[in-house]
Amino acid sequence: MRPDIEAVAEQVFTALADPTRRAILAALASAGPATATDLAARLPVTRQAIAKHLVLLAEAGLVTAEPGERRRVRYRLRSAPMRVAQQFLAALARDWDGPLEALKDHLDRSARVLTATPPRETSGHHERGPEPERGHHNDRSQDRNP
Amino acid sequence: MGFPDRIERTVELAHPPAAVWAALTTAEGLAAWFGDEAMIDLRPGGAAQMRFTSGYLVGMRVERVEEPRVFGFTWRLAELQGDDPRRTYVEFTLEPAGAGTRLTVVETGFAQLPEDAHRKAYDTHTEGWSRELGELADYLDAS
Repeated sequence: MRPDIEAVAEQVFTALADPTRRAILAALASAGPATATDLAARLPVTRQAIAKHLVLLAEAGLVTAEPGERRRVRYRLRSAPMRVAQQFLAALARDWDGPLEALKDHLDRSARVLTATPPRETSGHHERGPEPERGHHNDRSQDRNP
Repeated sequence: MGFPDRIERTVELAHPPAAVWAALTTAEGLAAWFGDEAMIDLRPGGAAQMRFTSGYLVGMRVERVEEPRVFGFTWRLAELQGDDPRRTYVEFTLEPAGAGTRLTVVETGFAQLPEDAHRKAYDTHTEGWSRELGELADYLDAS
């Protein structure tokens, strides 16, 4: 049975909507597995509040609990649900409108070059073909991919 | 409903399918409107790639070549990491419309779920870092 992809994305975004949970996930991502006590020392939140959030995050499958030193539970970030959420964001970030507009402009420019009359082309006063505009359109295509 | 798997756009272009086909399927054409530099081996299974002005390089795999109607390729999402096996599929369909072309682009696969094997691979990968760092420490301790 496949887990519900939407449910996974929703859990990630719900977790990220809360500033304390966001801080906990960020701390686990940047410094690795930690206990509730470790996190309380690093974040301006009580240990009790952190423990409560960690239970919620573990239930949502965003962190896993594992045995640590001195019988303290350590929490580790699970990256798989984050990757599902990433795909959701990728769909929202995908821009086809910019490139399609650039395609339209490119075809128009190419057609102008093909149909340009020889006297204009050799007069030396004509505007140049596609070259000057190229940078501009490439800037646009750049937007869709970092 | 909510997780967008499919993106679709249709544009009317005042140019014949042959001109649009060349813009979509040649390195020269792709570099003129899409990427900054492009190369393409135009046959199913052929490799293609584009470099953007930002320096971002994307590899593509040509999937469908039915001149001058259908051109399809798969590529990786910039947001996913290099070892991620998932790809989205992009398909351009060209239909003659008067003297011009109706061009439809459909990109699918945003909502594909990583298989359990992939999921395992992610977790293994993450654990791999801790393990490898541990091994490095052991190695340094021993030497």
